[in-house]
Amino acid sequence: MSTLEALAAPAAAPATVGAARAGDYLALLKPRVMSLVVFTAVTGLICAGRPMDPWLAAVAILCIAVGAGGAGALNMAYDGDIDALMRRTRRRPVPSGRVQAADARALGVTLSLFAVTIMGLAINVLAAVLLAFTIIFYVAVYTLWLKRRTPQNIVIGGLAGALPPLVGWAAASGTAPLNAWILVAIIFVWTPPHFWALSLYTSEDYAAAGVPMMPLVKGVASTRRQILAYCLVLAPLGMAPAVTGLAGPIYAAVASLGGLALIVLAIRLMIGKGPAPAPASCPVSKTTLYTVDAGARPARDLFVLSLIYLFALFAALLVEKLAGVAPLVR
Amino acid sequence: MSDPNDENPVDARARRGRNLLLAVVLVAFVILVFIVTIIKISHNISVHG
Repeated sequence: MSTLEALAAPAAAPATVGAARAGDYLALLKPRVMSLVVFTAVTGLICAGRPMDPWLAAVAILCIAVGAGGAGALNMAYDGDIDALMRRTRRRPVPSGRVQAADARALGVTLSLFAVTIMGLAINVLAAVLLAFTIIFYVAVYTLWLKRRTPQNIVIGGLAGALPPLVGWAAASGTAPLNAWILVAIIFVWTPPHFWALSLYTSEDYAAAGVPMMPLVKGVASTRRQILAYCLVLAPLGMAPAVTGLAGPIYAAVASLGGLALIVLAIRLMIGKGPAPAPASCPVSKTTLYTVDAGARPARDLFVLSLIYLFALFAALLVEKLAGVAPLVR
Repeated sequence: MSDPNDENPVDARARRGRNLLLAVVLVAFVILVFIVTIIKISHNISVHG
């Protein structure tokens, strides 16, 4: 059996639907993605600086989390065929046969409708519209349209992952001011270098599934140049909240040091040798994302640092707002 | 539809788990709507008297 045939083969004999566990339905909601969405949305909600009933704030965050989960379930329902071809995703509930695609679709639609409806009734219309737009954009524009057609899939599709802080801000204040859009812009520009760094050492997976990630379409050298270009934009953009009256000295220190580190790692990646892709026969594991050959370490390091960078930026904003640290510019 | 009596123990346990999750979600939904209703009513009373 060739490598590609081995990759294309199902991970295991399809299980019966009766074997689906409750945990399989929870896995459809992509809890790790959901946790990042909730974190950025909470930051947006608190940065809005408007007093809000804590119960309603919790309901707003719940709606955003459930909406993200619904979008994740719809993504898994429609991507079941290509998920079955990738080592990283072949054990998900749909490709493994434990949950039928139609059931995942029904769950996704139900949760999405629930989240948008409750957001509209309990919080405000603007937050509900933004949440609905985010879900539709992720499913229709990214999953169904862009993902299989263009290497710009995650560039444009990244907007869906960037919007949660704006939804949180709108939930608290009923408005969508410039500072909220700056948070969106930071995540939007952060997304391509983050995922391209990952795809540099997992490109065999994407090749097997026919997903046109940037390294496969434009080559490794071009991808590394584009990663550096995005990092050069991201570093100053990450400083923007410090000059628009949103953030204070803690954030400014984190953003400047983090931005500098990102640029250094992006330069190291660009001038280094091409990453050695993981062998197709290596076992499926979450550690595949972090444990790599020496040649892939620059890409892996940038991938990990970009995660830490985004988390640190939003954590710094949260800490400053909760501790009452004054912004650098009023 | 298959007869539940024909289910093997693993499938039966999985079904119980799914039913339990569904029950928890439905109860949580009822509580959520109740809480939101009370908050909204309280807010309207405090604003309009």
